[in-house]
Amino acid sequence: MSVEIRNVNKTFGSYVALKNIQLNIETGELVALLGPSGSGKTTLLRIIAGMESPDPQRELNGDSDSATEPKVLFFGDDVASMSVGQRRVGFVFQHYALFKHMTVFENIAFGLRVQPRSTRPPKSEIQDRVHRLLNLIQLDGFGNRFPMQLSGGQRQRVALARALAIEPRVLLLDEPFGALDAKVRQSLREWLRRLHDELHTTTILVTHDQEEALEVSDRVVVMNQAAIEQVGTPEDVFHHPASEFVMDFLGAVNVFHGRFADSGLPANSDSTRIPDSTRIYVRPHEMRIERSRQSPDSIPAIIERINRAGVQGKVLLQSGTLGPIRVDIPLDQLDALDLKTGESVFVVPMNTRSFTSDYSI
Amino acid sequence: MRAKRSKTKSLPGFGITFGFTLFYLALIVLIPMAALFWKSLSMDFKEFLATLANPRVQASFRLTFGASLVAAVVNLIFGAIAAWSLTRYQFPGKGLLNALVDLPFAMPTAVSGIALMTIFSPTGLLGSWLFPLGIKTSISPLGVVIALVFIGFPFVVRTLQPAIEDLDREAEMAAASLGASRWQTFYRVTVPSLLPAAVTGFTLAFARALGEYGSVVFIAGNLPMKTEIASLLIISRIDENDIAGASAVAMVLLVLTLVILLLIQGVQWLANRRTGRETG
Amino acid sequence: MNQPAITKNKSKSPATATAKSVAMSVSDPTWVRWLLIGTTIGFMALLLLLPLGVIFWEALRRGAKVYVAALTERNALNAIKMTLLAAIIAVPLNTLFGLAAAWATTKYQYRGKSLLISLIDLPFAVSPIIAGLMYVLVFGLQGWLGPFLNSYGIQVIFAVPGVVLATLFVTFPFVARELIPLMQEQGSEEEWAAISLGASGWQTFWRVTLPNIKWGVLYGVLLCNARAMGEFGAVSVVSSNIRGRTNTIPLQIDALYNEYNTAAAFALASILAFLGVVTLCAKSLLEYRIESSRRRVNHSKEAETES
Repeated sequence: MSVEIRNVNKTFGSYVALKNIQLNIETGELVALLGPSGSGKTTLLRIIAGMESPDPQRELNGDSDSATEPKVLFFGDDVASMSVGQRRVGFVFQHYALFKHMTVFENIAFGLRVQPRSTRPPKSEIQDRVHRLLNLIQLDGFGNRFPMQLSGGQRQRVALARALAIEPRVLLLDEPFGALDAKVRQSLREWLRRLHDELHTTTILVTHDQEEALEVSDRVVVMNQAAIEQVGTPEDVFHHPASEFVMDFLGAVNVFHGRFADSGLPANSDSTRIPDSTRIYVRPHEMRIERSRQSPDSIPAIIERINRAGVQGKVLLQSGTLGPIRVDIPLDQLDALDLKTGESVFVVPMNTRSFTSDYSI
Repeated sequence: MRAKRSKTKSLPGFGITFGFTLFYLALIVLIPMAALFWKSLSMDFKEFLATLANPRVQASFRLTFGASLVAAVVNLIFGAIAAWSLTRYQFPGKGLLNALVDLPFAMPTAVSGIALMTIFSPTGLLGSWLFPLGIKTSISPLGVVIALVFIGFPFVVRTLQPAIEDLDREAEMAAASLGASRWQTFYRVTVPSLLPAAVTGFTLAFARALGEYGSVVFIAGNLPMKTEIASLLIISRIDENDIAGASAVAMVLLVLTLVILLLIQGVQWLANRRTGRETG
Repeated sequence: MNQPAITKNKSKSPATATAKSVAMSVSDPTWVRWLLIGTTIGFMALLLLLPLGVIFWEALRRGAKVYVAALTERNALNAIKMTLLAAIIAVPLNTLFGLAAAWATTKYQYRGKSLLISLIDLPFAVSPIIAGLMYVLVFGLQGWLGPFLNSYGIQVIFAVPGVVLATLFVTFPFVARELIPLMQEQGSEEEWAAISLGASGWQTFWRVTLPNIKWGVLYGVLLCNARAMGEFGAVSVVSSNIRGRTNTIPLQIDALYNEYNTAAAFALASILAFLGVVTLCAKSLLEYRIESSRRRVNHSKEAETES
């Protein structure tokens, strides 16, 4: 186990940033901390790095219980008393935080050059290591450039190389592609995954982009409102969301509230006993459009808009009882159906998930 | 273990930098300042009032405040024109003129003082023209105003310039596209958004003028009851070894300056809040 | 969505006319332009340029011999020495303070921080004469520490230490005030990056922070020095009028002028005026540098979101 987080709480004044976080990260894993802004993911990353410290344990009757003591362990060692520098984490900042007045070479060599004389590698070795890293990030020959002279994507790779130069025990990436545009993001994402498969450095990546998290990581930790909602493989969290939040956050959904006497919903659940507070979630691509009612689950609806621009066709429908519905269907099927706006059709959910609010149980 | 754990993780160096900052601040600024407050507060209140009721003191306050106010108004008008021209227009020599704005900051006040006196004395370059017309440009309240205009000018220009640069030209264009004339655009859109900066510049010039000494003493002539400013009166009192009297005058001047500066901070804060800008 | 509606509106009236009238009503008429520019040039020439010219004219009009003699006279040389001494002590101390204060106020969050920043700015709000008086109240013979120090034979007021202290006070905030907003703007990410790579606090400061703020430091030092050498009010309160002992250049100018020795007064004044002009030039140059490096940073930030 590379990183273990036990009973971590963090408050800033009255604001709760983290609530009782428990998390294990395996050696060599690439884990994504995914959540909206304010979910506490960056705070958690900074606590792992040692830039913030968890709230001390609240003492009950003057006794502290070691079972609820907050702990951050690296390979089994408690790192609470270690400073950022001592933890040997490679931290990559969202805005790179490259040293503007140093060349690319000097940036990457920095972590080696500031080591005390006794542990500092000799000059030639530093030279070798930096060149190997430059090669790794595909920026051979860029050593003498200054950060200003690089593109955003190149800068982010330099920041990564700089973090890797100290051979970190854990690599921490804070929204590493957040400041880049879509195209560069995509290619850097694939490159990061290949790099990880090559190096196997335990990596924790913070992102608010669900696509990025699902595509690049071995496991996803979905966070919401200071707590962990679900931990699982990308497939797991996408197909078997543990909560409404996870369902909603990972991709587009249709949400249907309350009773739906005539609608036919829900398809795969017991329709006779659905309380008002239940919400049914259906992903747009898990619905079908039919001309005639062929199953009792069909929902009558009127086509409002058809958008063919994209990998899939997007159809926006309006149902009298359920409100707007979005259905994604492959373009060839859309063509075969030959739908018109204003036409009355039936929508058939193929896979639904229902969630009931806690208070109504 | 517990102590280590609850230690907040922050960049190193807090203890030494914070400690040195406080120590040095106390030594150079706070303790001497406390001495002034202590001296004034330990005076008998009646004695304090009597010091201030002295006609020479009153005359010096009238002159200081009056001349500072007039100078600040003059600076507001000409400073605004200069700031506008230097920001919005292109003309030869603009760069030089822009650098020159800070001259009163860069020039030692005593040097400015003798230069102004030389120009505006009855035999001076300009004085020799103006005195025959009955305009007494030195050894007179007007002389004090001239020196205070000189010293306050950069404050107005330098606070207005960034505000003019930041002006939302799109808002002006929007006003124009809605049919407003240039003049309407100017006084309905431009002037209101420059107002906070103008008030700040005016007040800074005014506050600086209240405490100015070097550039004024030469041109003022320092006639008690006529052209003696408050700062000079403090020096006279010290020379007469009337430290208590000096402290009373200084205290009034200092408190008034601080109140004025606090007021503009309030104005800025309000303006920033209204325009949704971050408070600096 | 709105795009078509706007073009439709525009096409109703001749588009060029609209554009022209809009452009006209955000730019000023030519006569206004020239009136304002003329006023600016006239006002500034009279108020600023003329005094500057007068100093050099008065200093040099009696010839180089008189000028050199005035500057090499014993009291003049002593005044120059005294001014240099005050600056050599005040500038490094206040620079050190500025760096410490900027670090302490921009790298941490704590209560009372904005009060601390206001207190650092305080000396700017205090009239130099009042500043001098404060030191008289602490170190004068009737003051807090004066009698005590006097019993050990240490004289502060009407002596060199008083001049140095008064100079320290009036130049106190210059470097700090320049660095605090600069370091605020730059944030702490680079420092955190350095620390996370194993650098110590000192290494981080010397290798990362200082190179990033060097122009700002220089700018603050420049202004601090100009004020230290030119201060008149505060030092005239705490210095004795005994010639040659505690007179700085501005005090010597004052003394000479009051003796109607204008040639010598202006000769000394011309040194300080020259220093002032050099300061102005250097200041403009530094502002240009700071501005362009800031623009480069902003530009590259934009570029990375676009590229």
